[in-house]
Amino acid sequence: MSVLVVIEHDRDQLADASLEALAFAADVAAQLGVDVEALLIGVDAVSLADECAAHGASTVHHVADASLTDYGPDAYGGAVASAAGVLSPSAIVASGSDRGNEVLAYAAAELDLPFVANCLAVKTADDWEMTRVQWGGSLNEEARLASSMPILSVASHAAEVAEPVTGATATVQTLEVTLPESATATMIQDRIVLSEGVTLATAPVVVGGGRGVGSAEGFEVLEALAAKLGGIVGCSRAVTNNGWRPHADQVGQTGTRIAPQLYIACGISGAIQHWVGAKAAKKILAINTDPAANMVVKADYAVIGDLFDVLPAITDIT
Amino acid sequence: MRVLVCVKRVPAPGAKINITEDGQSVDATNLGHTMSPHEECALELAVQLIEAHGGESHVLTLGTAEADEQCRWAASIGISKATLVDAGSMDWDPQRTASAITDSIRSIEEADGGFDVMIFGNESADTGGFQVGVRVSRALGRPMVNAIKGVEVDLEADGKGATLEARRETDNGFEVYQLPMPCAIGVKEGITWPRYPTMRGRLASKKLAVDVAVSDAVPGGQMKVRLNRPEEKVSETVILGHGSEAAPAVVELLKELGLMS
Ligand SMILES: Cc1cc2nc3c(=O)[nH]c(=O)nc-3n(C[C@H](O)[C@H](O)[C@H](O)COP(=O)(O)OP(=O)(O)OC[C@H]3O[C@@H](n4cnc5c(N)ncnc54)[C@H](O)[C@@H]3O)c2cc1C
Ligand SMILES: Nc1ncnc2c1ncn2[C@@H]1O[C@H](COP(=O)(O)O)[C@@H](O)[C@H]1O
Repeated sequence: MSVLVVIEHDRDQLADASLEALAFAADVAAQLGVDVEALLIGVDAVSLADECAAHGASTVHHVADASLTDYGPDAYGGAVASAAGVLSPSAIVASGSDRGNEVLAYAAAELDLPFVANCLAVKTADDWEMTRVQWGGSLNEEARLASSMPILSVASHAAEVAEPVTGATATVQTLEVTLPESATATMIQDRIVLSEGVTLATAPVVVGGGRGVGSAEGFEVLEALAAKLGGIVGCSRAVTNNGWRPHADQVGQTGTRIAPQLYIACGISGAIQHWVGAKAAKKILAINTDPAANMVVKADYAVIGDLFDVLPAITDIT
Repeated sequence: MRVLVCVKRVPAPGAKINITEDGQSVDATNLGHTMSPHEECALELAVQLIEAHGGESHVLTLGTAEADEQCRWAASIGISKATLVDAGSMDWDPQRTASAITDSIRSIEEADGGFDVMIFGNESADTGGFQVGVRVSRALGRPMVNAIKGVEVDLEADGKGATLEARRETDNGFEVYQLPMPCAIGVKEGITWPRYPTMRGRLASKKLAVDVAVSDAVPGGQMKVRLNRPEEKVSETVILGHGSEAAPAVVELLKELGLMS
């Protein structure tokens, strides 16, 4: 018996979220008194075996079917379902990413079992109990799971990645699986690379604007400050809805999650759906005319005033 | 072509989400209702596909009878038909929801013909199970990809039959999928820019005949026990000042944080 972790990678580059999934699985496995094992899907993915071992996987099962040349949810989900049939793990775990959730949804549909997405914590018992994310992180749900083989994904940052064990090597076992005939229909056919510099998700400073900015042109004062600080401009959904900025700039539940050193939120009220995308910022500075705005109340620092007075004054002396 | 969109009615909370005393749901007193922004974009995409290729669009929702409001919203921007599966509750688990939606799609298709494309949101706004679209598509034997931010339909892709090109955003660009139709996608906000209903659209939506169905789907294995608000760090906000006079204090802060020298 084991907790089987589906390792996410892109053309044999390990996704960081997989390490969180391994760390989370280690806790589940300890509760059950079983080992953590990893599932590597893709012909060359076996190159990641030792990294999995360094992060706690005792055995690595390698699916090397020649048709698995690239990612495809049906192929991967089918491989997971087939592996589950052969290995009978106590549970299956993956990262709560676009791919992780999609692969587990496919596998669970195939196995006709429940799938619990974005778990924060798990208590194993006859019926497992888990805490999971709702409303994009604004609420937690306590859930119970009745399943012969729990299938769950791990919410982003729900587990801390353990220090890798140096020199660990994995026992690699090749696993024959049956893939669904439909598998090729959903395989990646092409990639389009748009090279970008700093992105919203990685910028050290984000200067965010909300409805208070009032127009597309109004963002010039935000751009000016962002340029001086080597940062990037973000916005709220009120702004994208008005067509003042593209959706790629939106911070929040249905936009980008940011984690800069400093988020300067200008003319943003701090609705819960915006906040969940911004709360990972190390520090937040709110600039708002309303001292009672949620953004002001929750921020580390605030300036009360009109952003069109405050921002140029800052830019002038930086 | 025929396009289906699945949407879920949810409360529209503001600065804070309040939970009912029994911990079972979001306290929706004084709140309006809406759907996920992903699903708003799904509706817009369906309307655009029909505008470009001709045919008929259909919205499907499972929830309480009040979800009639979301069907009419869909109609007000140009969706032509609507089905409401009355579950009596907004609380069905993902397996049960998927099974009921699958059955409902089967009966719509029997009456009106098959859907070329089924569009879901990437995840529902409230429970965020990341699976209903996949489960429904698997049950109906259609390819499905989630997290889609770009779509192009080619009804006569040279010799390949009708194809839907779907793009998923990555850290540095896009992954491209080519799905043979009929197929399904789960879309993310940003794939389209939803239009606002016109006065004419609003009036027309009042006349929409919403087909109400029931389902005998059985509960799945995931059960909600209760909702909680996550712990949040409480920070005492430091007010750096008022108006432009606060600028020097902000610059001090930027220096302190090592963001400027
Ligand atoms: C399921 C769901 C998902 C959502 N996802 C997102 C998301 O991903 N991201 C997101 O942002 N929203 C999201 N929303 C929308 C969210 O609920 C809010 O509607 C939105 O964030 C409000 O944007 P805002 O703060 O810019 O506007 P408002 O709430 O209108 O706030 C404007 C603020 O600007 C201040 N102000 C006005 N003029 C000035 C001035 N001159 N100087 C300084 N301050 C000024 C006002 O005091 C006010 O605080 C979602 C909603 C739902 C239901
Ligand atoms: N009750 C429902 N009624 C209609 N569609 C739904 C319902 N629940 C989920 N869906 C659809 O499935 C998508 C994914 O939902 P979920 O698996 O709950 O994250 C949603 O964005 C909707 O398109």
